[in-house]
Amino acid sequence: MIAYAIRRLLISIPVLIVSSFLVFAMIANSGDPLEALRVTNPPTPPETIALEAKRLYLDLPWYERYWVWMNNLWHGEFGPSVNVRENINTEVWTRLGVTLRLVLVAMLLALILAIVAGVTAAVKQYSKTDYTVTFFGFLFLATPTFWLAILLKEAGITLNQIDGDPESRMFYTYGDRSVFLDDPTWWNKFTDVAGHMILPTVSLALITFASWSRFQRSSMLEVLGSDYIRLARAKGLRWRKVLTKHALRTALIPLTTVTAIDFAGLIGGAVITETIFGWAGMGQYLIDSVTTRDVYALMAWLLVAGAIVVLFNLIADLLYGVLDPRIRHD
Amino acid sequence: MTDVLLEVEDLTVDFPTDDGVVTAVRGVSYTLRRGESLGIVGESGSGKSVTSLAVLGLLPRTARVSGSVRFGGKELLGRGDNEMSQFRGRKIAMIFQDPLASLNPVYTVGNQISEAVLAHNDVGKDVANKRALDLLETVGIPHAKQRMDAYPHELSGGMKQRVVIAIAMANNPDVIIADEPTTALDVTVQAQVLEALETAREATGAALVLITHDLGVIAGHADRVGVMYAGRLVETGTVDDVFYKPRMPYTLGLLGSLPRIDAKTHERLTPISGAPPSLLNMPSGCPFRARCPLATELCAEQEPQLFGVGQGHSAACHFHERLIDAQPREIFN
Amino acid sequence: MTKQLETVNKADTVAEFTVKERSQLRIIVTRFLRHRLAVASLITFLLLIVVAYGGAALWKYAYTDITPDNSQPPSLAHPFGTDGIGHDNLAQVLRGLQQSIKIALMVALIATVIGTTWGATAGYFGRRVDNLLMRLADVVIILPAIAVAAALASVGQGSWFTIALIIGVLASASVSRVIRGVVLSLREQDFIEAARALGASDFRIIARHLVPNTMGPLIVNATILVAVGILAETALSFLGFGVREPDVSLGLLINQAEGAVRTRPWLFYSPGVFIILIALSINFIGDGLRDAFDPRQTRVRQ
Repeated sequence: MIAYAIRRLLISIPVLIVSSFLVFAMIANSGDPLEALRVTNPPTPPETIALEAKRLYLDLPWYERYWVWMNNLWHGEFGPSVNVRENINTEVWTRLGVTLRLVLVAMLLALILAIVAGVTAAVKQYSKTDYTVTFFGFLFLATPTFWLAILLKEAGITLNQIDGDPESRMFYTYGDRSVFLDDPTWWNKFTDVAGHMILPTVSLALITFASWSRFQRSSMLEVLGSDYIRLARAKGLRWRKVLTKHALRTALIPLTTVTAIDFAGLIGGAVITETIFGWAGMGQYLIDSVTTRDVYALMAWLLVAGAIVVLFNLIADLLYGVLDPRIRHD
Repeated sequence: MTDVLLEVEDLTVDFPTDDGVVTAVRGVSYTLRRGESLGIVGESGSGKSVTSLAVLGLLPRTARVSGSVRFGGKELLGRGDNEMSQFRGRKIAMIFQDPLASLNPVYTVGNQISEAVLAHNDVGKDVANKRALDLLETVGIPHAKQRMDAYPHELSGGMKQRVVIAIAMANNPDVIIADEPTTALDVTVQAQVLEALETAREATGAALVLITHDLGVIAGHADRVGVMYAGRLVETGTVDDVFYKPRMPYTLGLLGSLPRIDAKTHERLTPISGAPPSLLNMPSGCPFRARCPLATELCAEQEPQLFGVGQGHSAACHFHERLIDAQPREIFN
Repeated sequence: MTKQLETVNKADTVAEFTVKERSQLRIIVTRFLRHRLAVASLITFLLLIVVAYGGAALWKYAYTDITPDNSQPPSLAHPFGTDGIGHDNLAQVLRGLQQSIKIALMVALIATVIGTTWGATAGYFGRRVDNLLMRLADVVIILPAIAVAAALASVGQGSWFTIALIIGVLASASVSRVIRGVVLSLREQDFIEAARALGASDFRIIARHLVPNTMGPLIVNATILVAVGILAETALSFLGFGVREPDVSLGLLINQAEGAVRTRPWLFYSPGVFIILIALSINFIGDGLRDAFDPRQTRVRQ
């Protein structure tokens, strides 16, 4: 299994290199990162622009810039950012932390909801519960993330104003934490961060819940219709035991791997939630680097997000091998 | 003998579907005495599996079951699932057709056998495991100790079916229902599995309901036999009666389509042409009439009931008398 | 009929008892039609297309018209109200609907054609070809749509087709994985073996045996892709990387309405409801098709 994992990781290195090269080529050739500097009023002195160009290796052709970037990467440096004050290395890890906080909690919430809802719907197929779960699953599956997020944000603002006191609030609707806290004890810091998480987490969780509950329902239905469930019942096991030991345990295997794969996707996919709630996470970083043509920042984003995709796809596969004795990786 | 274990009376099973109501079983009645072996033959779709699933209450919730199933005088139909689980495995055990799919892929063989022991006995895990090991040895699995920790996919089809038999034996049931236990297996393995089944009967003293479409299996392992067609029993009797003096054209046809080693002359096989009727919105009359060389207008109007044609021998044919001493070749040419 | 029953020759009478032979297509259509929700959704979707194009042609305002009424709530003159500049919101939503549907359908077409060819080639030829094509899929799946769209914005002038092409190509990588899986399992089936044993060429096997047998998953996948396409396009447009002003898309409309949810809620809700309506109807159609194509499915009535 270890040999399999190492082989998989080695194969992914050229995959990451090729995709980074493609994105680099596209972004490096699509616009001038110093555009903003050239149109300032009063005009920026040409020497400053030349210095900036030098700092960003813009005096080299784009493919040589890619090579320089690879060299820097080899020395553990993600490269110079268009924003002079920003260090890509520290920036990308901070932002990853912010995004992970959002995604991990949202997924945990979605997972619990989806398992409970999916299993209940399958066990009581064609019941009111089933129809309700199915209805909401389909509804959230069809709802654009950004629309739902704005809706929740507005609902939060409305609820904040309900008591007529403009100072008090139940929900934070912008930012991943308060810029300034009156009394920064650890407890206040914690509740502040937690308070900021509620709305973004719920909006991300609802969308994720939609596809997972559908998935869990059909996986559970398939298992419930299987011969080994029939034999387990024929043995004289009580229905509750058949459900928990045989049906649930087996029907959770596919969801485990889907969770691992979707988790990787959500690191990049949280972009909309982050934009709407003003979180300085990975998603915002992607948008910022793309709009400012900050190609080295974008490369850092791509490598981190890509590595997470590769890693979690591998974890999904390995998990399958651990949970399902029929699968062996060698 | 009054030692009747299982009485099935006028059992009828309907499935409502989008296309209409499918009547899979139509008024089947039989009795099973302690220790006896009853064979049930019929083509696929004749309702033989549905009948036995109905006995154990294992049909999908949408199935509509009517009639009566009594075990030791107690009515089983209409009981709740938890009550039924007291009978399942302990009084009546079942073996299914596809051993490949009958075992849960994520649990070890030992776990799945001892689980059956634990379901009905208040014993510790180690006692249950010991019993599971004994059972594996009884059904003839080599290296039983190692196999306890094996997962189903690591065993061959024949081995898996022996594990399923071991599970059926676990609580010394009074009745074992074996639903096509050998159909999915290679011929050479079939014999071993049937042998394991015989061992299971000897060890537990259980009565056996052996469901199969293989007349050869019935001949070797059943005392009495019932032939099913389109959801009904169309002929019942001792194996000798049904095999040597069939009184229903369908039974005769089945026998005629079977190659025989003891044939005196070089006989040709006589197949029954056509296919069984759709169970959906079935037409009135005898369901076999479209394939029957003896069919008349009477058969289209009236469905024949089981007529007593001898001691413990009955057949559902208006013309059962014409079949006395008939050869398949003479009727199906 | 009864007379014939008496005769020994029974060949003719068998038909009376067996279910009437139906063609594969008719079975699928019948099964689909039985799925009431899917049929209703299909009608809804077709109606949306008719409304988007027919409605826009008949409505008194064009999406570019600036009326003297600005920031008006819904009224008889402006059923969906107007925006801050004076655009009639109904005309804008209808235009957005056109663009969004057009892009979504094109995404489904592009992703299906490319993804199927990609996946079928990989699955059928296996070994090196498979390895190479699947690594390529890995590469494409990592590419962020936002970066690609931003990079190509200057190339295609932000036309609807460029956006459809970007989403379609990126989505085709996932399609190729699905189709490859289907082909891999089909390849092991006896009838493919038989065709090969009879000396059929690769092309013939792919065209005559593989493609028809992947039709089910293919069509279901293509349907779901329409929903994927509409959600991806509106999200991209919302973020400013898709359809741009002066053109209109449902995502762009919501973006423009974001700051005015409290003051002009009609601008925010109307495009959103239409996106949900399209995606919802597409998903139900997909569900109905999946049931219709799956031979194991016999829906039991309650």
